[in-house]
Amino acid sequence: MNTTNNNQSQTLTSPLLERLGEALLTIKNLHANINGKEILKGLDLTVRPGEIHAIMGPNGAGKSTLASVLTGNPAFEVTHGSVTFQGKDLLELAPEQRANEGIFLSFQYPVEIPGVSMVNFMRTAINEQRKYRGLDQISATDFLRLMREKKELVEMDNKLANRSVNEGFSGGEKKRNEIFQMAMLDPSLSILDETDSGLDIDALRIVANGVNKLKRPNNASIVITHYQRLLDYIIPDFVHVLYDGKIVKSGTKDLAFELEERGYDWIKQEVEEAP
Amino acid sequence: MAEDILHEVTQADYKYGFTTDIETDIIPIGLNEDVVRLISAKKNEPDWLLEYRLKAYRHWTTMKMPEWAQLKIPEIDYQSISYYAAPRKNAPKNLDEVDPELLNTFNKLGIPLEEQMALSGIAVDAVMDSVSVKTTFKETLAEKGIIFCSFSEAVEHHPDLVRKYMGSVVPHTDNFYAALNTAVFSDGSFVYIPKGVRCPMELSTYFRINAMNTGQFERTLIVADEDSYVSYLEGCTAPMRDENQLHAAIVEIVVQKNAEVKYSTVQNWYPGDKEGKGGVYNFVTKRGICKGDNSKLSWTQVETGSAITWKYPSCILQGDNSSAEFYSVAVTNHHQQADTGTKMIHLGKNTSSHILSKGISAGVSNNSYRGLVRVAANAENARNFSQCDSLLLGDKCGAHTFPYMEVNNDSAVVEHEATTSKINEDQIFYCNQRGISTEDAVGLIVNGYAKEVINKLPMEFAVEAQKLLQITLEGSVG
Ligand SMILES: Nc1ncnc2c1ncn2[C@@H]1O[C@H](COP(=O)(O)OP(=O)(O)OP(=O)(O)O)[C@@H](O)[C@H]1O
Ligand SMILES: [Mg+2]
Repeated sequence: MNTTNNNQSQTLTSPLLERLGEALLTIKNLHANINGKEILKGLDLTVRPGEIHAIMGPNGAGKSTLASVLTGNPAFEVTHGSVTFQGKDLLELAPEQRANEGIFLSFQYPVEIPGVSMVNFMRTAINEQRKYRGLDQISATDFLRLMREKKELVEMDNKLANRSVNEGFSGGEKKRNEIFQMAMLDPSLSILDETDSGLDIDALRIVANGVNKLKRPNNASIVITHYQRLLDYIIPDFVHVLYDGKIVKSGTKDLAFELEERGYDWIKQEVEEAP
Repeated sequence: MAEDILHEVTQADYKYGFTTDIETDIIPIGLNEDVVRLISAKKNEPDWLLEYRLKAYRHWTTMKMPEWAQLKIPEIDYQSISYYAAPRKNAPKNLDEVDPELLNTFNKLGIPLEEQMALSGIAVDAVMDSVSVKTTFKETLAEKGIIFCSFSEAVEHHPDLVRKYMGSVVPHTDNFYAALNTAVFSDGSFVYIPKGVRCPMELSTYFRINAMNTGQFERTLIVADEDSYVSYLEGCTAPMRDENQLHAAIVEIVVQKNAEVKYSTVQNWYPGDKEGKGGVYNFVTKRGICKGDNSKLSWTQVETGSAITWKYPSCILQGDNSSAEFYSVAVTNHHQQADTGTKMIHLGKNTSSHILSKGISAGVSNNSYRGLVRVAANAENARNFSQCDSLLLGDKCGAHTFPYMEVNNDSAVVEHEATTSKINEDQIFYCNQRGISTEDAVGLIVNGYAKEVINKLPMEFAVEAQKLLQITLEGSVG
């Protein structure tokens, strides 16, 4: 991406500020189906670098579907709309390309891959990313150093890192492993799909801490959650309500408190009463 | 290691499919007693061996190709095959005498024929078109009394050993292909580990078919005397040819008291093209006998090649407290067919066997496990555990399991477990989401699935086997 333009000579704006003005992710009028059934029904969302967006909403609203569509899960079909990520048409890219462009999904239900060690899995992923970006393969020592550093960040047990991917991990361990992988891959957009569910209080704090430590001015997060509690740790810039395949309400952190207190019925009502 | 694998993966096709332009001494096609005599004469064999060959040939003419396997084998015209092909410059005394083209071939295959290159500590016997070309490390091994040479050399220099053991595990009457092999076998490897000796390095044979319209019929004979140990590796490749090539080998292993033999194979004969044209017919009889008490035999195989595989590395557990293992990964893709497994024959007391078979099928291929566990009436306290897993990639391929059990002693404990699973789209997407392409994801998942078997292989072979699994399955999902 080249930010050089006519403005350059005009003002004192630093390139960084200029880029902050640009969206990282722009979703416009997104419609998506699974098995012929429409789940996303005209969703709009803009995420800028440095921002944290929380997405809340009732079960079955389409939150995970949004995550799947953004990451290119082939089970879903996009029928309408556009998604631009760092200036590129995201929907044109294969799932692995999207990942290597810097999109990371912490899965609501992480998948077990028996017999594939975390070490081998992570090394493959890192090297694929490096290849995509025109870099050499990571050296063994650098890789081990990186593993150690990131394990510490999420306080992950050494034993887990030596096991097969998610195999036999407890629910909470799987979630922590997702954040570990996120730390390893250092994405520019991370999507956390209910990473807080199934975590005990300490784990929640550790995971949230990890996310906060990874936060930088040029990356962003979409945090899908049912609980305001997580947002005490990961402070969102925006809170959105996803209902029936659309973002129907957006606000600040206060919206999360309101939802915690009042539930979703009033929102459903608002939506139904709207013209 | 992962780097190499990723690199290899970019080359989707069979990479060993080159031919070598070397002078070949090849006899006319067809099979009759005169051909058997000619082969024997070319090898200057003693009379007893010629007689044995003729006996096998005569028996073979009374036999029929076995039809019980889950295989569709096109008719084979045994009269249209040449039964002997040898690189013309024979029996080199040292590397300088070996045809440079041939050295080239083996270099392309990555075989450390040059002893300096063989720092990895593997002694290699290379067999090209039926003839053993050169055995490395012979002298080093000889100091310990270990014999590792071509079968022909063994016939010449150690006739008593050969005569004593040849056919003692796989008699010439055993089956159609065993009879054929015994009649026309050309060369192979011979190993003898004397009493109390641990072989200090991996012994390895590479088999290569090169000449056109030839069959390859090697014989391997391994004898591990009391209290000895050896680990033996076998690798196979062939050029790409439109017509099918026949490969019918025999491997016999004798394990004496307290001895242990590990036999590992990475079989990568040319599997034919994506439409099923060409490829090697691999009809092999492999059997070992745990003859003495406390003896141990372990078969590990990674089968990725061949158009058709018919192969059941087996073990006769004769000695008391003897044990045997069979670890197998068999992959079939496109039009490949494999019917493979093992036989464990428990005769001694307190014998145990362990079978772990991992089948992977893709494309329109067919993959069958066929295993027999037999416990004889006198075999007190026999134990067997069999685990047979099948993994399907796609819905046009087939996986079958045929376990046979014949238990004639009430003290036996024989257990069999089988699973069939499909490669899981969630797993592939999970990998994709971490930046890993579907091709590489399949490689990772399949290698994870086969890990227990791969881990049994010596390091160098394990790496090769992992690459092969991945390459074999390219384009099979997604
Ligand atoms: N494979 C599928 N086949 C059919 N319907 C599906 C499939 N996957 C999801 N759906 C439906 O799509 C809708 C949205 O599901 P989604 O998982 O996106 O909801 P969610 O907002 O993440 O819910 P939760 O809060 O429970 O995680 C649901 O009605 C669900 O049943
Ligand atoms: Mg969900």
